[in-house]
Amino acid sequence: MPTRLPGTDVVIVGLGAAGGVAALPLAESGLSVVGLEAGSRLTRKDFAPDELRNNMRAWPFTVQKTQREIPTVRPNQLTPTTQGAIHPMMNGVGGTSLHYWAQSWRLNPWDFKVVSEIRQRYGASRIPEGSTVEDWPFGYEELEPYYDRVERELGVSGQAGNINGTIDSRGNPFEGARADAYPMEPLRWTGFIEQMADAAQSLGWDPFPGPAAVNTRTYQERSSCMYHGFCNRGGCHVDAKNSTAVTTIPRAEATGNLKVVSHAHVTDVDVDRDGRVTGVTYLQDGEEFFQPAKFVLLASYTYENVRLLLRSTSRAYPIGLSNNHAQVGRHYFSHHQGASVSALFPFDLNAWYGLPAQGVAVDNWADDNFDHTDLDFVGGGNLWVYSDRRPIGAAGMNTFGLVPNWGSAWKAFISKNADRSNTAYIQKTTLPYESNYLDLDPVVKDPFGHPVIRITAEYKQNELAVAEFMQEKMEQWYREAGATEIVRGGLGRTMGVSTHAYGGTRMGDNAETNVVNRFGVSHEVPNLGIAGASVMGTSGARNPTLTAQALSWRTAQHIVDQWSTLAD
Amino acid sequence: MAGNHTKRKDQTVGITRRELLRSAGVTAAVGASTLGGVASYAKTTQQAENVVESPEAYEQLTAEEGLLLEAIADHLIPADDTGPGALEANAVRYIDRALGGALSDSLEAYHAGLAAFQRYCRSSRGGDFMELPHNDRISALIDVETGAATGAGVGFAGSSAAFFSMVRGHVLQGTFGDPYYGGNENFVGWDLIGYPGVRTAVTENDQQRLEAGELRPYRRSAYGWEEFEKATVSAARKGLRHAD
Repeated sequence: MPTRLPGTDVVIVGLGAAGGVAALPLAESGLSVVGLEAGSRLTRKDFAPDELRNNMRAWPFTVQKTQREIPTVRPNQLTPTTQGAIHPMMNGVGGTSLHYWAQSWRLNPWDFKVVSEIRQRYGASRIPEGSTVEDWPFGYEELEPYYDRVERELGVSGQAGNINGTIDSRGNPFEGARADAYPMEPLRWTGFIEQMADAAQSLGWDPFPGPAAVNTRTYQERSSCMYHGFCNRGGCHVDAKNSTAVTTIPRAEATGNLKVVSHAHVTDVDVDRDGRVTGVTYLQDGEEFFQPAKFVLLASYTYENVRLLLRSTSRAYPIGLSNNHAQVGRHYFSHHQGASVSALFPFDLNAWYGLPAQGVAVDNWADDNFDHTDLDFVGGGNLWVYSDRRPIGAAGMNTFGLVPNWGSAWKAFISKNADRSNTAYIQKTTLPYESNYLDLDPVVKDPFGHPVIRITAEYKQNELAVAEFMQEKMEQWYREAGATEIVRGGLGRTMGVSTHAYGGTRMGDNAETNVVNRFGVSHEVPNLGIAGASVMGTSGARNPTLTAQALSWRTAQHIVDQWSTLAD
Repeated sequence: MAGNHTKRKDQTVGITRRELLRSAGVTAAVGASTLGGVASYAKTTQQAENVVESPEAYEQLTAEEGLLLEAIADHLIPADDTGPGALEANAVRYIDRALGGALSDSLEAYHAGLAAFQRYCRSSRGGDFMELPHNDRISALIDVETGAATGAGVGFAGSSAAFFSMVRGHVLQGTFGDPYYGGNENFVGWDLIGYPGVRTAVTENDQQRLEAGELRPYRRSAYGWEEFEKATVSAARKGLRHAD
């Protein structure tokens, strides 16, 4: 029998980007909160500028619970599964926000109303066949105050492009109206980034600096960014990256109302006869504990949120918690981040220092910012050129078919060109489809005998058409800036394990097609909430973290406001 | 340790092991192609080991495996007009150390792959890798790289391309990685590609000097800064968690 612990008002499962944000409004309201985190507490001393450890050996996330439960993958039901070597997300207080790129985008207004916007402008027939996409239960305007709040509470640097409808050409002219400017100026640009911005302008496009949860001045008494070049898959050695580990979590702890429990591996969400959750069971160093709670907020990553629900079967929920409508695991999709474009320039780019959130974006070909009438797809992509290079990666550069991959000719090539290539990051609209979903793998299990998640998902015609279109645009941009060689990656097919995994516990008003309601609370279980990108029904063409955090804050605020109703 | 260059010269004959390795290769190549066999590589090596105290005591690889891997690394990143290569960087020392720690999962792949590689050289080219003429060594490596190194009894586990890809990746790590891990000796890898060095702060002025070609390269290991925890460096991948 597990050791029964004293009860708490709210237990949060996972103290990462989403759960770490929810902890603050909950704790500040006076509710007692226990935050269960499978990983450990890492600090600046753990974040050495070490490419071998961080990027080649994938520390910090190799030594992790997640690595024991890597999902299996297959493109469709007719193809056998394969298992990847690594899970890209990490456990730890702060979760993957410790080492992520820290790009902190808001979604654009179109992303909230994909179905109605497409219908209105192009007709219902243009919604891709088999897609289960729905409008969000609310528009961008509803989320704007929460975006604004999280940008301030965490600290986001950037250049506004639209403040209350007034367009500022230094920012993104396509963004939704903001109530206010970013709390900090954007990260600086390098000469090469300036050059790319100039090239975009000469094409008639609208380049702007991207938003980042990275300090560009002293903020909340933490340092500004040091631009040392080890931000990608590395934590920050001066706490300038605004992970929840250095922002919302310590402030929530300072209220005295948040208790953080590390190395806690949650195995089950427990349910009573009435179908209410009673708390969670977890393992810590081989010992089993039961943490009673009046409200359970699941805030682990998409795969683990879904796995915990599907694993937690009971009389009230025979095929998984909150799954009586068989929607858990449905409407799954991951961002199409593949279909890369790389360029070689005849001059040094001086990209050895900097960070992947430091760069220039173009949104002219994202969402519905351009006319799709004569195109064979909907949606688009965000073009992102950034500064990020380290020596092992640079030596392993694409050789653009000009030399072999080793020997003297290769050595002479990298000696000259190691700082002359650039690979763009292009995030593209990806939609949910009926045939793309998550479930429990019937064969593969973690060391506790619990099934891992099985991903059955592939990019469909719309995603591939977007990818090809975006490669054309990126090549055009690079050529305009003087690139002499271009290599394109494949368009992709199977959706592998992703850092941008959406859906599986989708949010919406219709309980027949969604797991949580518009506040992130289960349609079926009155005292169960879910936070993270697993509640998002569209991806837009930009990183999910800030949206997941704004939603998480909103859910936490709802729990506080409706506490007497939800907890009884 | 980082930046602590130890020139491993034999006191008696005054040549380094890598010079021996290279001269042996050249001798073998010349011997095989023109002179009809002067000194075989094996014999030269034997002589060398009689006079040169083994300069690099490998812990995971056998002496024979170490020599073969050094020879392969020397072909992947040779010392030439553009500067020192993988041998000077001590890339194989890096690999050997890592195979006892973070890369321990790959140790068996090295044992098996190096043996299969040698068998392939014998069955397809008629001799051990280092005995082969230069062009045969190159073509044998290309076969391994492209997955074409097959044949009765060769026995690469899976494709030879996977073995090649693993070795190439680790040789790159040992040549261009942080010297803390035993490779990139004297920062030869960073010099080769013009990496301006690990810094903990890069000001706007530093970036401008870099772009103007005026930023002096900085040569220091990440762990030259005392503030960084070293315990995580050798963490085996199989461990369940970080320490708090």
